[in-house]
Amino acid sequence: MKVTLFATCLVDLFHSNVGKATVELLERLGCKIDFPEAQICCGQPAYNSGYTKGSKEAMRQMINTFQEAEYVVSPSGSCAFMLKEYPHIFKGDPVWESKAKELAEKTYELTQFIVDVLQVEDVGAIFEETVTYHTSCHMTRLLGVKEAPMILLNHVKGLKFTELPGKEQCCGFGGTFSVKMAQISEQMVDEKVCHVEETEADYLIGADAGCLMNIGGRIERKGKPIKVLHIAEVLNSH
Amino acid sequence: MAMKIGSEPFKERIDNGIHDDFMRGAVAGAQDGMGVKRRLATEELGNWEDWRSHGEEIRQHVLEHLDYYLEQLSENVAKRGGHVFFAETKEEANDYIRGIVQQKNAKKIVKSKSMVTEEISLNAVLEQEGCEVIETDLGEYILQVDDHDPPSHIVVPALHKNKDQIRDVFTKKLGYNKTSKPEELAWHAREMLRQEYLTADIGITGCNFAVAETGSFSLVTNEGNADLVTALPKTQITVMGMERLVPTFEEMEVLVSLLTRSAVGQKLTSYITVLTGPKEELDVDGPEEFHLVILDNGRSNILGGEFQSVLQCIRCAACINVCPVYRHVGGHSYGSIYSGPIGAVLSPLLGGYDEYKELPYASTLCGACTEVCPVKIPLHNLLHKHREIIVEKEGKAPISEKLAMKAFGLGAASPILYKLGSKLAPTAMNPFTVGDRISKGPGPLKSWTDIREFPAPNKERFRDWFKNREKGDK
Repeated sequence: MKVTLFATCLVDLFHSNVGKATVELLERLGCKIDFPEAQICCGQPAYNSGYTKGSKEAMRQMINTFQEAEYVVSPSGSCAFMLKEYPHIFKGDPVWESKAKELAEKTYELTQFIVDVLQVEDVGAIFEETVTYHTSCHMTRLLGVKEAPMILLNHVKGLKFTELPGKEQCCGFGGTFSVKMAQISEQMVDEKVCHVEETEADYLIGADAGCLMNIGGRIERKGKPIKVLHIAEVLNSH
Repeated sequence: MAMKIGSEPFKERIDNGIHDDFMRGAVAGAQDGMGVKRRLATEELGNWEDWRSHGEEIRQHVLEHLDYYLEQLSENVAKRGGHVFFAETKEEANDYIRGIVQQKNAKKIVKSKSMVTEEISLNAVLEQEGCEVIETDLGEYILQVDDHDPPSHIVVPALHKNKDQIRDVFTKKLGYNKTSKPEELAWHAREMLRQEYLTADIGITGCNFAVAETGSFSLVTNEGNADLVTALPKTQITVMGMERLVPTFEEMEVLVSLLTRSAVGQKLTSYITVLTGPKEELDVDGPEEFHLVILDNGRSNILGGEFQSVLQCIRCAACINVCPVYRHVGGHSYGSIYSGPIGAVLSPLLGGYDEYKELPYASTLCGACTEVCPVKIPLHNLLHKHREIIVEKEGKAPISEKLAMKAFGLGAASPILYKLGSKLAPTAMNPFTVGDRISKGPGPLKSWTDIREFPAPNKERFRDWFKNREKGDK
């Protein structure tokens, strides 16, 4: 199966390990990966801050980039959801609405793609550690992907799972919120870090680089001995 | 601005909230407790999503036919001998009520909890008239006794106070000399209030839902205070936001169930008071005179526009009870009597962007509010809509942000610029990078690195790795 990867700008620039793990994982599951070089960013940081007009060019760029793709898969629930928002954003646009709809319909978050499209629940991963999992807001509430990451993690050999208290609560990232409302964001991420500590897990796993950068950055600043990994990296461990 | 509370700038209010340890403990405890109760009460129905859809449908139907139902309501109130007054502004509402007070030569007024009367600052107006105004909802009573401390939550107005603080207030203001046991505090308030009901000239209430078909209105309480406010004084005034009505009792039943389950996790509250006009010949109690004040105060400007769905709100505060931002800053930080997500949407609409332009940004757009709303208001989408308007129509975004977003927009739309920028990033960030992280970032990064580490840009971008790997394959 041919899969076109939407790596996301965060992964491209800061977390290339997540991208590598995603490629290797999907290849192991029999996919052929394509990465169109013209992809940049889904436009979410500007769009969510209210700069809709200013972010539309980035969105059109994305729509064009993925026009030929059969499946667009992204290791980020939030960014995948953003592509699914395009049809609303271009609503009424005679040229772009239909194209946006096409892209939205073929876009999947990584774990969703593995479970729903590839119909795989056990990716054959081995990860002998105690982990907890942060359910990102956009991925669970907006994209509606709640079960897939859990199903996949449950099948990882050796993995010991402890549930994160207050797991449905936002980590305080929120894109530009994290700097625009830094005071509030700090309180939110602190509570999240406390909850992660309570689990006594060695690893915090998540499916969104944005949330992980936020929680992980705070964990590092506080010097906590908790390691942070993207779910793709865990699923690619064998 | 009547909705406005406090005069400090937004950042200062936030700071005060964050440093109020007690308030934060109380809010977090209340959110966690109410969250569980709400979930149980909604799950118990088995088909909560269907109920939500039904609630949404009812509210949307009413808003689409608001003129029809308002006319029907006022006709039916009039038929039962009540008076109806449509107030376009808060001044008109206050003037009308002041007129009744003067006409009755009223000295004492008892009130049951009403956010809409907070919105129009009715208490201050009545006090200027020389009236003694007594709030009878326990939470509101505590705040009133404490030198008119403003409400911090639309359902639990004194959420920010604990029992010891309440005991101190009662001791100082009411000569209370017992412990901080809630039962004793409540009993004291009850004793104080009982006398007030009996001697009040006018009772004033808000309105949870008016019923157009019968000209009735309903009040949902756990203390029964609304029963006494509406049963004992000779004159009764009810103030309602113009959108707070339903066609018939059938719809009211659905909405009351959604409201009590969402607000306090109860199947029903202890009391649901329904009143239809002034008392009739065979009634043993009830007011001799009934006035219904229907308040617009900016609502008709919302109607028919892109924010119309906010008028679906039934004031349950479920959105406030799950909001992670409210959790850490508390209600007073919003600077409006309407706090939390609903307040962040509603306050700029009713009070203007000049006053409330920060509120739509006080959200991570996590969607927790939208998920729990029993009438399916897309709250986080409405917050985003506000941001669009602030940036694109009002032009109120900071210049530094506009420039940054412009640069982002260009970079994100142009593969050449992106390539250049991302190639240069590791070198540009080099002076700030230690190992694989940035601890003291420049410019906009500073706000990030004041709190957290920021990853250093990869020396080899993912795309380079992929390209090199493909080459290797060939």
